[in-house]
Amino acid sequence: MPENQITLTIDGHQLTVPEGTTIMQAAERLAIRIPRLCYHPRLHLEGSCRVCLVEVDGMRNPVASCSYPASEGMVVRTNTPDIRELRRTIVELLLDNHPEDCQTCERDGNCELQYLAYSSGVRVRHYEGEKKHYESDLSSTSVIREPDKCILCGRCVRMCAEVQGVSALGYINRGFKTVVAPAYNAPFSESVCVACGQCINVCPVAAFLEKDYTSDVMEALADPDKHVIVQIAPSVRASIGEGFNMASGIPMTGQTVAALRRLGFDEVFDTQMGADVTIMEESTEFARRLASGGPLPLITSCSSAWMKFAEHFYPELLPNISSAKSPMSMLGSLIKTYYAERTGIPAEKIFNVAGMCCTAKKFEAAREEQKIEVASGAMVPSIDRVITTRELVWMIKNASLDFAALPPEEFDPVLGISTGAGAIFGATGGLAESVYRTAYWMLTGETLADIVVEDVRSVAQGIKRWSVKIGGQMIHMGVAHGLGNAHQLLRMVTSGEEEFHFIEIMGCPGGCIGGGGQPYARAGEGIPLDVENLRKRAEALRKIDASKTLRRSYENPDVTRVYKEYLGEPLSEKAHKLLHTSYVPRLPRGVWNPDVMRAD
Amino acid sequence: MSCACDTRFDELTDYIKENLNSEHPQSSLIAVLHYAQESFGYLNKDIMEHIAQVSEVPAAEIYGVATFYGYFKHTPQGKHRISVCMGTACYIRGAAKLLEMIEDDLDVKVGGTTEDMQFTLDETRCVGACGLAPVLTVDERVYARVEPEQIKEILDEYRASAE
Repeated sequence: MPENQITLTIDGHQLTVPEGTTIMQAAERLAIRIPRLCYHPRLHLEGSCRVCLVEVDGMRNPVASCSYPASEGMVVRTNTPDIRELRRTIVELLLDNHPEDCQTCERDGNCELQYLAYSSGVRVRHYEGEKKHYESDLSSTSVIREPDKCILCGRCVRMCAEVQGVSALGYINRGFKTVVAPAYNAPFSESVCVACGQCINVCPVAAFLEKDYTSDVMEALADPDKHVIVQIAPSVRASIGEGFNMASGIPMTGQTVAALRRLGFDEVFDTQMGADVTIMEESTEFARRLASGGPLPLITSCSSAWMKFAEHFYPELLPNISSAKSPMSMLGSLIKTYYAERTGIPAEKIFNVAGMCCTAKKFEAAREEQKIEVASGAMVPSIDRVITTRELVWMIKNASLDFAALPPEEFDPVLGISTGAGAIFGATGGLAESVYRTAYWMLTGETLADIVVEDVRSVAQGIKRWSVKIGGQMIHMGVAHGLGNAHQLLRMVTSGEEEFHFIEIMGCPGGCIGGGGQPYARAGEGIPLDVENLRKRAEALRKIDASKTLRRSYENPDVTRVYKEYLGEPLSEKAHKLLHTSYVPRLPRGVWNPDVMRAD
Repeated sequence: MSCACDTRFDELTDYIKENLNSEHPQSSLIAVLHYAQESFGYLNKDIMEHIAQVSEVPAAEIYGVATFYGYFKHTPQGKHRISVCMGTACYIRGAAKLLEMIEDDLDVKVGGTTEDMQFTLDETRCVGACGLAPVLTVDERVYARVEPEQIKEILDEYRASAE
């Protein structure tokens, strides 16, 4: 159906756009990026920040271009002396209730408010008024909240409700006393927050940050008595370059390994190896459930934000969820048992660091149920500290390394080899695809030839379905990324509307590549969680997969050796003790309001 | 507190369910909060969490609404509610002095409740009786052209009724 077209003029340029286009969107077509703060293309319009004001002929007052629709014959001016002054004043007023601590702020140099202050031309400050003061919320193991820095744009509130379907955050009080916080002004740790960190990704300032563990890691690195081991998730290599202003979509595996070694880690292992083990365990679990009749669908358990979400929102589905630990925790467990016993280094001396795209992994690492029994009989956490891609970027900058110029290096042997299946884990659909590659072999005894499943690869489509015949049986798979999409898919399961055998859920949009610990979008240029950027990161992981000779987890010689020498076989008693975990319903019980969801 | 013996929670559940069946259930939240405050005297976490679970509205949204409107109270309220009008007319005619006197007499600040739970003191903006300024209300009763020396008398009247 042809859309109605509208012709308007912006800054003297005429253009034609479909009806319903906002002034801001129309201006973008003319390469005019009207300043914005509360606007985000994935979220409902709020129109609260007023930074995007423009003049429209015939209108008495300036209008907010983010929410004002273009109309036929409209004449818009985005760059007049009046508008520039208005914009500068608005930014100045925002700054007046914002701490003046740029130099000691983590987002110094990549903050949207700082960028706006620069671009709108705030050079002197005219007002000095009352500033708000709140306690920082440091209660969560993953995400910290600094209300003093908040400018009340509401992107976090909308992200949490509309994209993630969690609604952990809301506005409390009114006017000057308004503050963004969990219900009842409770600390994060007592709320339904699932630790996904998407509030950090969309925050234009530093009102949300990951809990920083870099000093703990650096302390361990400086301790001669500690054997410090690091592993990195697939998605870290797919995005870390962005932290050094490099183009996205280029895998930086070798440089990342080199940087980690220079930072002083004793061993550099690959979470992708852990992913291969996860696939072995989960595929076996899947094959057994298929044979024994359930419980099906088997739902994946690798995404830590999804797991906390499941405990709050879907306790009734916990029996369906795989007991397999995440790749990070599996590798961590193997390091403190298999590797420790093989090398003779006591597990107690090993300090396990994980470089992750994820903030929720910090929560996972701290879970009591994730602890393992090591050779001495002690129960220890499999992972000691999780740092995000952003924290790792900072550590590399802090060590004055020229990241792009580092000669690429290889992972350390023993737990360093991975297949392409372990790499694509980091992008939505990748886990389903990887399990398919291995489960096919387990169920039929044959090697799968056509291993790429295009149907589950889209990062733009929130819910994907795919059906395939394995050994005469039709298998229905469902894939959801972003927890709002997970809600929608799971409601179809709980209502009995649709039947699946296998469901992959990743907590973040795009999968781990869109994790809450990934490099920020460039202030003033980029868009947090831009779909095009997510696609490029996913592409980087798929390039790694395509470049590997080994693309099925069971072909990994490190995996084969670990099972032969140590674990026995997938789901063996030992594998169960080290590689599996359990989940329990968690309070407060989550409540989902589907009415606020944004459709993809 | 929420317990099996408190039938007010069951009644609240029924009220919410009635509203969920109405034509625009999404706009019934304020009505539900009013009902709950009427029933319990104030809104605490247990009550709001109950509303969240039954109405399937996230607690963060409910708490946002309940803290936006000054009408909703989050702590137990006194038996009698004293509101001193601080609108322009009343203010000019000495309302601030009246407020201060009540604060001193009851040993409580604006927004607070006396320890014996008899009085909650509030200030309000214009009750629409500017001709009678300064005005204060106790519960539903309006006191007009209040003189400072009347304060003790008014309070004593309610104190007496408590005994």
